[in-house]
Order: sequence, then C-alpha cells, then structure tokens
Amino acid sequence: MSLPTTLRVENISKIFGRVAAVDHLSCEVRRGELVGIIGPNGSGKTTLVNLISGFVKPTSGRILYNGQDITYTAPHKIVCMGISRTFQMVRPFYHLPAYKNMIIPLYSPRVRQLAGGRYGDRNAVALDLLEEVGFERDANVAYKPAGTLPQGYLKRLELAKAIALSPELLILDELFSGMSLAEVASVVPVIEKLRLAGKTIIMIEHRLKELFRIADRIMVLNYGQKIADGASTEVMESDEVKKAYLGSEG
Amino acid sequence: MKKRRERIDRGIKARSEDVYALSSWREMLYLAGPRLLPAAAFLLLPLFLGAYWQKVMISVAVFALLAISWDMLAQTGMISLGQALFFGMGAYVSGILNFYFGMPPWIAIPIATVLGGALCTLILTPVLRLRGIYFSMVTLIIPLMLVRIIEATKIFGGTEGLSGMTPLPSTLTEIYLVTGVLLGVLFGLRRLMETDYGLVLKGIRDNDRSVTNAGIDIFWFKTQALFISSTIGAFAGALMTHVYMFVGMPVFALDYSILPMAAAVVGGSGTLAGAALGAVILVPLSEALRGIGGLRIVMYGLFLVVFTVAVPEGLFDYIQRRYHQMERWVEIDQ
Repeated sequence: MSLPTTLRVENISKIFGRVAAVDHLSCEVRRGELVGIIGPNGSGKTTLVNLISGFVKPTSGRILYNGQDITYTAPHKIVCMGISRTFQMVRPFYHLPAYKNMIIPLYSPRVRQLAGGRYGDRNAVALDLLEEVGFERDANVAYKPAGTLPQGYLKRLELAKAIALSPELLILDELFSGMSLAEVASVVPVIEKLRLAGKTIIMIEHRLKELFRIADRIMVLNYGQKIADGASTEVMESDEVKKAYLGSEG
Repeated sequence: MKKRRERIDRGIKARSEDVYALSSWREMLYLAGPRLLPAAAFLLLPLFLGAYWQKVMISVAVFALLAISWDMLAQTGMISLGQALFFGMGAYVSGILNFYFGMPPWIAIPIATVLGGALCTLILTPVLRLRGIYFSMVTLIIPLMLVRIIEATKIFGGTEGLSGMTPLPSTLTEIYLVTGVLLGVLFGLRRLMETDYGLVLKGIRDNDRSVTNAGIDIFWFKTQALFISSTIGAFAGALMTHVYMFVGMPVFALDYSILPMAAAVVGGSGTLAGAALGAVILVPLSEALRGIGGLRIVMYGLFLVVFTVAVPEGLFDYIQRRYHQMERWVEIDQ
C-alpha cells in the first residue's frame, strides 16, 4: 500500500454521559479505497461518522484529513474541504419536488468554487444528477414531491445530494437499508463509477452480502472499539467478530 | 350514494412559474389581477379617505411591514416574539438622529433603517445558535429589558421620551412613503424567497442539519435573514417617530410584538402576502373595536381562535386555492 492516507483517525473517544459510544478508536483510510464499516447496533458506527463529519466533537483524540487536523473544524467547512456524507435517517424537504431538494447542495460554496464562479442552471444539473442515481427521466420521478416518493428513492436522493458536492471522501451511512434488491443493484454501479473516478468511500452497512462484494476492506466495530480490520473473508472468520454478531455463546 | 369534493385547476395555461403562454387579455388579467388589485388599492385609497382613516391606513401599513418581517424570520426557522425590538430600535435611532443631531427625516429615516437593523442583528447574534423556543424567549425579553434600561438610566428622555420631532410634509407623504415601501418589500421578498437563496433560507427552517451538510454556514445565512427582517421593522419604527413626532418607551410595547404575529397567523404564515393581508384585516378591526375599551382584547383573542381553528392554513392560502381551483361535489359509487 503506497497510496497516501486520506483519513487518519487517531485514538478518538466520544463519551455520552457514562457511555463511551466510540472508545479509543484508531483507523486509516487510503486514497481510492472503499472501506466498509460493520458492527452490531449501538457499536458506534454512526457516532464515528458524526465525528468525522464534524457534527459531533470528540471527548479526546484527533482526526486528520489529508494531513490536516479537522477535529474541531465546523461541519460546513469540512464539507467544503471535500468530505460529504449521507444520513441514515433521511429527512428531505417533503413538500418540494425531488430535484428542488438538490438545489441546496448545489448552492454550496464548494460547488460554486469548483465551477469557477460561473454557475448555470442548477435545475438542469440537479436533474442530471438524479438521473445518474436512477430517477427515471421518462417517468418524471424527479418532479414529484419528495414526500410522495418511496424510501428507496429518498435514499438515492440522499446519495445524489452527497455526490452533488463533488467530494473526495464520501461517507455513506446505511445507504442500502430500506432499498429493494433491484434498487441496490442499480446503485452499486454508481458507487463503482465513483471509485473509478478516484473517490475514497466509506460505507456503513448492515447488508453484508452486497457490501462484501464491493468493499476492499472491512472494519468491524463493537462497543465503540475496532475488533477486526481486513479483507471480508478473513474478518468474518475472526472469533471476536463471530462472538459480537452471534452473542457470547456462539 | 356518497359524495366527494373534487378540485379542478382552472383552465389557464400560464400557471407554471417559467412558462409564459399568455394568449389573451383574460389570461393576463388572471395572472396580474391578484397582484395589481392590492397595489392599486393601497395607492388610490388614501385619496378618498378622511384624516382619521388615513392615520389608520399608516398603521395598517406599519403593522403589515412588521408582520412581513416576522414571517420572513419564521420562514428561516426563527420564531420571534419581539418584533417590538426592531420597531423600537428604528424609532429611537431616528428620534435620536433628529433630536440631538438635527437630521431631517429624509436622512434620519434611511440611516435609522440600516443602523437600527444592524443593531438588532448585533444584539441577537449571540442567540442565533439557539433553536426554537429558546430564540423566541430571548427575543421576548430583550425589548422589555431595553424599556427598563431607559427608565432606570433616564437616557434619551427617560420615561418622558423625546418629543418635537420634525414631521413629514403631509399625511399623504407619510402614506405614500410607507405603502410604497410596503409594496416594494412585499413583492421583492416574495420573489427573493422563490430564488435558490430563499430555498436555502427555508431549508434552514425545515432541516438545518441537512443544510449544514451541504457545506453551507447556516449561522451566516440566519444572520442575513435577521438583518433583512430587522431592517424592515426598523424602517416602520423610524417612520412612526416622525408621524407621532415623538419617541418614547411605548415603542418597545408588547403590542408591536403580538399584533404582527397575530396578523401573520390569521393571514397565513409562509407566504408574506398572508402577513400583509392579516394586518389589513386586524388593524382596522382593532380600530373599530376601540369603543368597547378593555373588552377589545377579548374580541381580539376570540377572533384569533376562530381563525386558527377554521382556517389553520391561513386566509391567504385559502383564497389562493379558491382562485386557482374550482371545487364541486361529485358522486362516488360504493
């Protein structure tokens, strides 16, 4: 592995009250890698994402992005530096058409900067991006109010909003949950395409089969600690992982 | 045989925001009518009104401005219970500029509008990070605090206030100044809220986390919305200083906070036009009820309750829907 490190998490902890959601965790993600993070419910996966994206500040430890300390950087600045994420719980603007939901990320300072100050028709860009994630243009899905769309579309809308920000590091928090098999199959090529474009991707997933097919490396969390890190086959062989997933008797 | 209410859009082609398929005068009038009618009413009515109702009209326009300013903040997710802060700040700044520095109204009012707005924004900046009820509580308290400060320190005339301000040349000047600004603010802000910038502001209200996640500094955008809103309120206050030729502690009174909010709720918040409509209804009503003294507040409360229950989306939305859609009862089987 000679690729440069995109993200380095150093000994980070987040304590909520008396519970350590993330407990002295360290990890590294290299440029262009697709890393999957798995773990039982409450193992600290989402908290880790919240820490990286700056929505939650750690109790101790630090986070480096391309060598720069972003531990205490405001979340909107982190986005503008090139880290964008999706949320597990989607909360779109329900009364607005799906494509209008895309306007806000397209209004971002990052997008304007990348576009060199000239920015044409945001609506057109929004429609193109939505088509990319599988909003069929012929069926005019993008024009329907977000509130009327099924969960699978809302998840893909969330993905399109993250892609709109042209991130270098994309963090997908349980993107596949709530999607049908067919929808997952339609999104996987989108993710593959992002990888080919050189994006670094972190995916939190409960749908292991789909994840293992595309991930380079899997990290397993339990009780806020990393209990395994490696290729999917060897990770699932680890006794500690089996214990975490199947209970201590397993 | 069951019946169901069916809604049908009126058959006018030019309904969409960017398709201009106007083919006849009738269609043009259909679109322009709802905009021209209130504008024409505001511009022509003063010529036919007596002196008393002319003053009422100024009051209507002032409260309409405060209601619009409230609605603008509400659309950005900030519920203010202290529009009196904006109003009073504009009123005092203009009063001070006129009283101590001898500036004529034509200079004092514009300066007070911008400076008053800036001062309010500055005062509220520390609480901008608070959400929901906490922001509301602080906005409620600040004007009350300022009243006590003026009372205790006796600055700017203390409890007596400052009197003998330079008036504007005539009542008609006052009316046309305030209604002109009202129409400009109303149509301008309605357009602004429809742009991508407005979408970001409304996004902050619906889901501020999602806006932050788009790399947008919500604190900075809230500051801008607050400045726009407080500037509108400050103008209303600055103007009234010269209409009353007096400025004193009553400018921070609760009336200037509650009535605009009531107007926006009755008219329908989120549309700006609804806020203005609410003021057009509530202010003359409150004048007409002046005769019954203290019971006025009771009538007023009843009125509010009836409206909130009967037309919860607000009058403006209701009228708009009836204008664009026909309703009819159709029979359905089963």
